[in-house]
Amino acid sequence: MSQTLAPRATSPEGNGSEKALRVGQRSLLRRFLSRPEVGSLIGAVVVFSVFFAVAEPFRQASSFSTVLYASSMIGLMAIAVALLMIGGEFDLSAGVAVITSAITAGMFSYQLSTNVWVGAAVALLVSVGIGFVNGLLLIRTRVPSFLITLSMFLMLQGINVAVTKLITGGVATQNISNMDGFDSARLVFASEFDIAGFNLRATVIWWLVFAAVATWVLMRTRVGNWIYAVGGNRESARAVGVPVHKVKVGLFMTVGFMAWFVGMHMLFKFNTVQSGEGVGNELLYIMAAVVGGCLLTGGYGTVIGAVIGAFIYGMTKQGIVYAGWDNNWVMFFVGAMLLTAVLVNSWVRTQANKR
Amino acid sequence: MSAMTTHTDPPRPREPEGSDPIVELRGVGKSFGNVRALSGIDLKVGTGEVTCILGDNGAGKSTLIKIIAGLHGSTEGEYRVDGKPVRFSSPREALDHGIATVYQDLAIVQLMPVWRNFFLGSELSTGFGPLRRLDIGRMRAICDQELQKMGIDLPSIDMPVQNLSGGQKQVLAIARAIYFGARVLILDEPTAALGVKQSGVVLKYVNAARDAGLGVVFITHNPHHAYMVGDHFVVIKLGEVEFDAPRSELSLEDLTHHMAGGAELDALEHELERGQLPTVDPLHDSTPGWT
Ligand SMILES: Nc1ncnc2c1ncn2[C@@H]1O[C@H](COP(=O)(O)OP(=O)(O)OP(=O)(O)O)[C@@H](O)[C@H]1O
Ligand SMILES: [Mg+2]
Repeated sequence: MSQTLAPRATSPEGNGSEKALRVGQRSLLRRFLSRPEVGSLIGAVVVFSVFFAVAEPFRQASSFSTVLYASSMIGLMAIAVALLMIGGEFDLSAGVAVITSAITAGMFSYQLSTNVWVGAAVALLVSVGIGFVNGLLLIRTRVPSFLITLSMFLMLQGINVAVTKLITGGVATQNISNMDGFDSARLVFASEFDIAGFNLRATVIWWLVFAAVATWVLMRTRVGNWIYAVGGNRESARAVGVPVHKVKVGLFMTVGFMAWFVGMHMLFKFNTVQSGEGVGNELLYIMAAVVGGCLLTGGYGTVIGAVIGAFIYGMTKQGIVYAGWDNNWVMFFVGAMLLTAVLVNSWVRTQANKR
Repeated sequence: MSAMTTHTDPPRPREPEGSDPIVELRGVGKSFGNVRALSGIDLKVGTGEVTCILGDNGAGKSTLIKIIAGLHGSTEGEYRVDGKPVRFSSPREALDHGIATVYQDLAIVQLMPVWRNFFLGSELSTGFGPLRRLDIGRMRAICDQELQKMGIDLPSIDMPVQNLSGGQKQVLAIARAIYFGARVLILDEPTAALGVKQSGVVLKYVNAARDAGLGVVFITHNPHHAYMVGDHFVVIKLGEVEFDAPRSELSLEDLTHHMAGGAELDALEHELERGQLPTVDPLHDSTPGWT
């Protein structure tokens, strides 16, 4: 705000500094309230306080590490999905794409007896390729991404189960834990460290690293500016020279990359993949992004918000277990939270825009 | 910047004719499916010359400038920049040739802050490699300065554009095009939403751009504005050039006449002079008091 607070000699009406002062007094609170993630931050504090009060185990460091782990499993994908949503698109295939990636890596390595890193590399190509196809179909056909990725979701869901059954005869991929490269891959994707009773998992670190990188890109680079622009107004963005198509395809490929990353975590943590999993997670990713303040219509939101949204989900999921309540309430509470967040976010937005 | 104080400037003795055109259209046409929006358009925009494009609503003015700006490809004809045929596949290419445009719908992103809109698509960066990042300080300073030059004083350049008034948005789009338009400046009804003072500022900028050697394409429905700055006037009707003349062959009355539809206006004037007012039905037959 430095420019607006400085007195202006050139102000036509001669009241520039006066006006700037009036605005300056309000700006701190208003700037805070007009942050997209402010609603989710309040929500996180409330949810944390509730479980801290009612669930005794929730207060221990070891449970907190489990909460963080559960959050990261949704949160990693929520980062990419939030970027995509800010860019104005959805990806309903994101949940099963994680499993597709894990199955590809596991099967490829096992069937061809290669080092698991080779399988991982093939899976990376496949995952980013799926994102590329989603993006390409979108820009070529102009069909809404909801429909394109819904189709992709159904196809991948079918492929996951059908191909696994065709090759292994069962619903899960073969155990790859004694294959070459498994240990180093597990170290990267699924390691755990104990620090003073606190069990820190690799995914939590990666989650925060990716969130930091994504935030940097979004707020501090040209590409970030373009992501907001293509989501906010695609035609305007194109008219001023933003490469709209490249940005959109790139965002879908980013989701593909993240699906690969989470898929590799699952593969190297559990050694084997259940082919029917992943269904429904795509909505949890979107849920985390929306709770974090992303608009469904695009052009608005932050990655930090999506991180907080995923954290709220993790706290709720584990907190209900620690409180000794029936696990079936998890989804009810997540849904109620989403509704509250949407209402609070839109209320805060209108308040902040009022002057 | 020359003073623009009166509406009755004598025609300036400038002779822009003969200079090589920066932008030249030859027989350009554009169809949207079955709709033929433009056909057989010839247009030259020279350095240091203001070309005014005039015409009724739906005549094809915006379509024409969108072709020049690279937003639409033409379906027929030839487009030359500096004498070389070009085919722009995106506005980025036009911008890279120094052709900047103020679109009628302004091409702004409502949810983004003012300064991010100003530099959208042409952001300034600093640093190298992975640390290459937006030069936010410089962009904000330039944006603030350019908007002040245009005489609008916003409470904050961080506010989303949706909170600006219609005129402020228009000034933002104009300031942006003036800042980035290195060679050709295209303005599609830039003064439509502006007050007298801001309109004056815009016209001064059009003049300044011309004096700086830019080619300016200026679309307006206001013949006074057009005549104040124009060197060359093109009237478009139903997608074709109806009239094309340099300033020296034209008075403000002629221009107004052509803009209003020429012969049609004569007929209307004739009718009105004879006192034959068109019969206008009452708006509400049943309203008490109407007889
Ligand atoms: N994208 C499009 N698809 C189909 N038809 C179009 C499209 N854009 C413009 N047209 C048609 O082309 C014709 C010319 O439109 P254009 O916007 O160029 O008019 P204009 O001269 O700028 O009018 P105004 O003064 O109202 O701005 C109109 O008949 C319009 O309906
Ligand atoms: Mg128009």
